[in-house]
Amino acid sequence: MDFMTILQLSDSSLRLATPLLLACLAGLFSERAGIFDIGLEGKMLAAAFFSAAFAFTTQNVWIGLSVGIIASVTLSLLHGLASITFRGNQLISGVAINFLASGMTVVIAQTWFSQGGRTPALSGPARFEEFVLPGASSRIRDIAQQDPLGQVYSELLSGHSILVYIALLIVPLTWWILYRTRFGLRLRAVGENPAAVDTAGISVVWLRFAAVMICGVLCGLAGAYLATGLSAGFVREMSAGRGFIALAALIFAKWRPWEALGACLLFGFLDAVGNRFQNIELLTFLNLVFLFVVLVGAIMLVLRAIAIARGKGKTRALTGPAIALGVGLLFSIGLPMLDPDGGLSATLNNIVLPVQFMQALPYILTVVILAGFVGRAIPPRAGGEPYVKER
Amino acid sequence: MTVPAIELKGISKAFGPVQANKDISLSVAKGAIHGIVGENGAGKSTLMSILYGFYKADAGEIWINGKKTSIPDSQAAIRAGIGMVHQHFKLVENFTVVENVILGAEDGAMLRPSISKARKVLLDLEHEYGLEVNPDAIIEDLSVGHQQRVEILKQLYREADILILDEPTGVLTPSEADQLFRILGRLKEEGKTIILITHKLREIMDITDTVSVMRRGEMTATVKTAETSPAEIAELMVGRKVLLQVDKTPANPGEVVLDVQNLRVVDPAGVERVKGISFQIRAGEILGIAGVAGNGQTELLEVLGGMIPAQGGTVKLHGEEIDITGSASDGQSRRQRGIGHVPEDRQVEGLIMPYEAWENVAFGYHHDPKYQSGPLMNNAAIKADCADKMERYDVRPPNPRLPARNFSGGNQQKIVVAREMDRMPELLLIGQPTRGVDIGAIEFIHKQIIALRDAGKAVLLVSVELDEIMGLSDRIAVMFDGVISGERLPSETNEGDLGLLMAGVNEAKGAA
Repeated sequence: MDFMTILQLSDSSLRLATPLLLACLAGLFSERAGIFDIGLEGKMLAAAFFSAAFAFTTQNVWIGLSVGIIASVTLSLLHGLASITFRGNQLISGVAINFLASGMTVVIAQTWFSQGGRTPALSGPARFEEFVLPGASSRIRDIAQQDPLGQVYSELLSGHSILVYIALLIVPLTWWILYRTRFGLRLRAVGENPAAVDTAGISVVWLRFAAVMICGVLCGLAGAYLATGLSAGFVREMSAGRGFIALAALIFAKWRPWEALGACLLFGFLDAVGNRFQNIELLTFLNLVFLFVVLVGAIMLVLRAIAIARGKGKTRALTGPAIALGVGLLFSIGLPMLDPDGGLSATLNNIVLPVQFMQALPYILTVVILAGFVGRAIPPRAGGEPYVKER
Repeated sequence: MTVPAIELKGISKAFGPVQANKDISLSVAKGAIHGIVGENGAGKSTLMSILYGFYKADAGEIWINGKKTSIPDSQAAIRAGIGMVHQHFKLVENFTVVENVILGAEDGAMLRPSISKARKVLLDLEHEYGLEVNPDAIIEDLSVGHQQRVEILKQLYREADILILDEPTGVLTPSEADQLFRILGRLKEEGKTIILITHKLREIMDITDTVSVMRRGEMTATVKTAETSPAEIAELMVGRKVLLQVDKTPANPGEVVLDVQNLRVVDPAGVERVKGISFQIRAGEILGIAGVAGNGQTELLEVLGGMIPAQGGTVKLHGEEIDITGSASDGQSRRQRGIGHVPEDRQVEGLIMPYEAWENVAFGYHHDPKYQSGPLMNNAAIKADCADKMERYDVRPPNPRLPARNFSGGNQQKIVVAREMDRMPELLLIGQPTRGVDIGAIEFIHKQIIALRDAGKAVLLVSVELDEIMGLSDRIAVMFDGVISGERLPSETNEGDLGLLMAGVNEAKGAA
């Protein structure tokens, strides 16, 4: 696997991780405030449709984006009305929103555009263009000529839709809001113990509605990116379970923003691998896995080392990432050495993983994560419970 | 005459057909500690909730420091200088102390300046009132007593002049309660007005200046504490004469019923909670286990009740060994062998709150043939049995169809007690039998426990209430840090002695 392939994989990981990241952060705001939201999927889908439809009709992607956000926020308010005002079951309300969006988008698309429940293909001003950073090349041929650093800049960092950069900026912003502002403190408190917030004289209802609305806006961005950035138009069920994967990522990330970025990149990477390698040889697949393990291990090692340098972590926390890094390196370097005559490699290369397996990977990982193989994830303690003032 | 800090005039509040407060008037002088006593459901909490803006009164006026004040919400109450320390703390458990203190009283949209300012103010307040607690500690790492200090600090940080404390000692150990009273004394010296809601008469007598008694939504009397007696207050509360002392004959112990040897319990986190304790209980005997909460009593009860496995030791019932290692250690088989268990936390372990009373009465005994009708449950029989038990155990209201959560604490406990004790178990395990239960129900439950003993059954009583342990037990064992730090006969000990044992100091041993 050459450097360019890895870069292209990373590049598409980033693009595919973006809708997950936006949806995941949307869920983070809502769930941190104690409102579980399995309607992320439906909100994304509705936003995808309305943004595509209006972007096509007006030929202005920004109008499309705004309408998409409005659609998503409307569904959010519906969820808020059901689960905050009327203290209904949050899961049922979320499921209802998913069904509503799934049916509504296709029906409206069919009556509006008569193209079998899809919108016409978007182009030009109706789509988010690739945003080329200053000094970056955008043509593959030019990029291939550059030195590795230039390649990273042009291929990986440059050339994404503006929404990708916005999504990446929202990660630190979310962290800052949660941990550095009064609103964040109250938001976290209302998800842990709404009674504490209520007795402190702060409105639980208002706070939760604010969180749910932020969730709506972020879901709107995610959906709009799906239809006007990642693809060029709306097709039915185009969210393809991303809302649920985002929820899995949220649990994986233990409801924390930086970890959410990591989790979403992981899912994005699997998605990218599935897209790029249709029928993949086992050897290539293993190489990819080890490459990934090395990457994750290295990043974790650096992050934890920084934490320790700031006096916020234990040295013990370095063990896990170090082992991952070591094992990954051992295999990716050691495999050819163990196998001088190439017999094992040939055998491994004869086993071809079908495309279905690759495409199922993100979902398989979701199941694994949700089954709790990733250690204890403690959700916000008041999550899922409507707040009723006690006597 | 000076202006009273709080004056309530003709407060009334109804919840549907239930008149929770009827035309209540109350006046509390500045700098006084005023007690409000009453049974559960007497309307104390409703009255205080109105004062704190949780509910709006149907009629009546609130005057604060001589000014008529309207309190539509908690924010208004805080502005009026009223602070409330709830019975169940309103703290965010995984936040730090300082984060909890500033929640809702931040100085601006940014957190950091608020926190650094609050940390300074907090240290001053802690010093001023003797409320030491680390501002950066996480709440869930603190003891219950310290959590309560945080609640008080929260109110002081908001510059409350009037503090309402709702059942503040319900969750405290005796020494923590003493500390709390010292703090309240200090607050009083600084001119704060304190309203203490409780149903523990001793506290009222010890610390209050004046006391009001509520019964069924009405204020039946307000008297100076110095001019009254516990018996008089109890009578005002319940509306009849109450036996404050448990009335019992000497025990007449028979053969050994429960024999526990070298019992060890290690919790899932790997901490050894019970460190090899041994004891016996004979028929017709009550063994009381005293101790500060968290010294292994809970685990002991749970192992014997079949809720958690033990890691070592033997338990014999009538000489026959009971499996305590895990697989077969379920409450079902325990019950079949004649072990009744009234767990410590009735709302979590004793009852299923959303289920109706009759369903709760059958739990654990649902295999009883009299509840069966062929392969099906005989619901009519269970309901009839429940109605019968409710009558005999004085559960109010005696309605088997009411969900468990709609009963008051005392009546919930009576449902559990009826279920576990009515079958005359050979051994009764009973944890915190009267926690959060009012005086009338306490008297009733105590009588039931004595009756069971007199019928020749063995009782293991675990309680953090020393009065209860001293009054009921025939022998007292004190647990400290997973071991029995000492055993006493009630006639040969006193609260001071037990208190030392609870702290792990065995004076008798030390002297010998």
